[in-house]
Amino acid sequence: MDNIAGQKSTLTWAVHISVLVLVLAWVFPTLGLFVSSFRTSDQISSSGWWAALSTQESQLPAIRVEGDETRDADLYVIEGELFVGSDTSVSAWGTSSREPEAYAPGETADLGDGEALTLSETGAYRLSGPESWEGKRLPRIFTTASAPPEFTLDNYVNVLTSDTAGAGIANAFINTLTVAIPATIIPILVAAFAAYALAWMDFPGRALLIAAVVGLLVVPLQLALIPLLQLHNAVGIGKGYLGVWLAHTGFGLPLAIYLLRNYMVGLPRDIIENARVDGATEFQIFIKIILPLSFPALASFAIFQFLWTWNDLLVALVFLGTDDETLVLTGRLVNLMGSRGGQWEILATSAFVSIVVPLIVFFSMQKFLVRGLLAGSVK
Amino acid sequence: MHPAIMGLLTIVIGVGGCIGYFYFSNVFLDKVLYPPTGPNAGRNINRANQIRPWLFLFPALFALGLYLAYPVFATLWLSLTDRDQGGAFVGLANYRQMMSEDKFWEAMRNNMLWLFVVPAMSTAFGLLAAQLTDRISWGNFAKSLIFMPMAISFVGASVIWKLIYDTRPEGTEQIGLLNAIWVGMGGEPQQWLTLIPWNSFLLMIVLIWIQTGFAMVILSAALRGIPEETIEAAIIDGASPMQIFFKIKVPQIMSTIVVVWTTITLVVLKVFDIVLAMTNGQWETQVLANYMYDKLFRSFDWGVGSASAMVIMLLVTPILVWNVINARKEMR
Repeated sequence: MDNIAGQKSTLTWAVHISVLVLVLAWVFPTLGLFVSSFRTSDQISSSGWWAALSTQESQLPAIRVEGDETRDADLYVIEGELFVGSDTSVSAWGTSSREPEAYAPGETADLGDGEALTLSETGAYRLSGPESWEGKRLPRIFTTASAPPEFTLDNYVNVLTSDTAGAGIANAFINTLTVAIPATIIPILVAAFAAYALAWMDFPGRALLIAAVVGLLVVPLQLALIPLLQLHNAVGIGKGYLGVWLAHTGFGLPLAIYLLRNYMVGLPRDIIENARVDGATEFQIFIKIILPLSFPALASFAIFQFLWTWNDLLVALVFLGTDDETLVLTGRLVNLMGSRGGQWEILATSAFVSIVVPLIVFFSMQKFLVRGLLAGSVK
Repeated sequence: MHPAIMGLLTIVIGVGGCIGYFYFSNVFLDKVLYPPTGPNAGRNINRANQIRPWLFLFPALFALGLYLAYPVFATLWLSLTDRDQGGAFVGLANYRQMMSEDKFWEAMRNNMLWLFVVPAMSTAFGLLAAQLTDRISWGNFAKSLIFMPMAISFVGASVIWKLIYDTRPEGTEQIGLLNAIWVGMGGEPQQWLTLIPWNSFLLMIVLIWIQTGFAMVILSAALRGIPEETIEAAIIDGASPMQIFFKIKVPQIMSTIVVVWTTITLVVLKVFDIVLAMTNGQWETQVLANYMYDKLFRSFDWGVGSASAMVIMLLVTPILVWNVINARKEMR
């Protein structure tokens, strides 16, 4: 439609702007979490994450004067810096919470009894008085200052190494990995053999079986929870990794078979029939011809299954259990939201730790993911 | 044994066992049971070929039967029995009890709302994004960003959106985006997640945010599949861009829109994580899947829990039937 005379420029601009708005609306939420995970808890609770990106003027918490006193003529003097190691610049300051912006930087505040306090724009202060400061309560300084953006990796160190702060996020990470990888790999081969039979072998009941697979695609796994838990208990698997792997395998199979069969049906008939004429067995045809040719479909399913098992909460809760030892990342996050709902630095960081692996998989293998979606958009 | 080692071992056993099973069962069939030699060679080959598909299918069918088909009937049975009476048959008592609970009807009401709002909005936004990004140079980049939430877990998305809905007391700086905008426009800070009935819609936004990318990807492929000639003909006939979109393009991709819509509907019916993580069904945000989880694993009332699972199954059934009919049509 770019060739409609006279409409091109305005329309194109409108399109560019609308797309930009859409993209921003979709990226902003995640960006907020990402930025927050690099801020200290003070920063998070004192300003919105969007403020972290620019130099900000804000009222800082009061800082009490401290330091060793020196003698200057007949005065006792304490000198020091309020902001060590940061580029903060003071725009106003005061000595009481009632008047936190009473003085401009460089001005001297008269504290009475000959005591005086001066604060420079960079945060250097000088407190002087006729008597020794020893044993006295030193004044607090309230500042309104603009600070450049400041980010920290402390949250990540905290969450990944400390058991209390992250409540075992590192452990949960390992658990999730332990659930996801076998649960991704095991269904592939089982499904591939079945898909080959459904695509290229002739037998009575084939159409019926394909229909059954399509039907099972949409069966809610909610129905399977209690019966399977009973079954697992009855055969002695109980709650544990084996149970989760089996459950994920079972739940993933319909999609796997459906995707792979649709792909295999499209493979050129000549190759398979030639191989049959040349005396290859079905097993050889499958291993040497079909499997290598189906790689794109196998990759698509593997990505789906990995994302699904990594992100799953329900199956892990039910078949693995809710103990601290066995909780996966998603379960951990739900607990954190309950117990530390206010501690955004921990929550944001933990959430990002759980999101980062799927995001990497997503961005590096998007091509396969899209192809898989297009082939099997039924689930 | 460390679970990770156990995992590795399971992979080896699982994959090795699979290959071993397929290989040896085929060898057994060809060499022992019906060898293609001797006086009956021809008949033996035919017989072997009749059995072979089932060798290939057996593990998958067994797993499907055990993990998906059997539970449907087992749950149906559970919903008709009472666990406290040792599993005695109680007829429809569980269903009657469920129907008498306000929470159930609240969940049903909310689910119906979810079923309408989420697929509609996701499909609409997806269609919009697909149409707009198709025409510009950085369209693929834009698409991949809109598609990204697809990779994020429902729980992760809940954390992301809970930060947006965060509330601070009046007078202090708002750190939640929604309240910051709201206060910026002159409103008072709101506890969004407790605000009936808007809180349900705020939860729906999370799912719409996740599902739009999916709708966009599928619909974008469908839009590209529209034959050029139909559009060119419309342009020559003087159709405006709006007319081209709604009268030429949309009707041609209607079947894809329906597929997207039903697929998202299925996701909605099973939505559980978002509600559990954000409100746990409080403040009138309950949905069926979370209600069921509550009954099964908090009240340990398997009867009513299974009954509500059957309600979800019942709601899925029309889509199931429709999908099967379509799949059979395609195969012919």
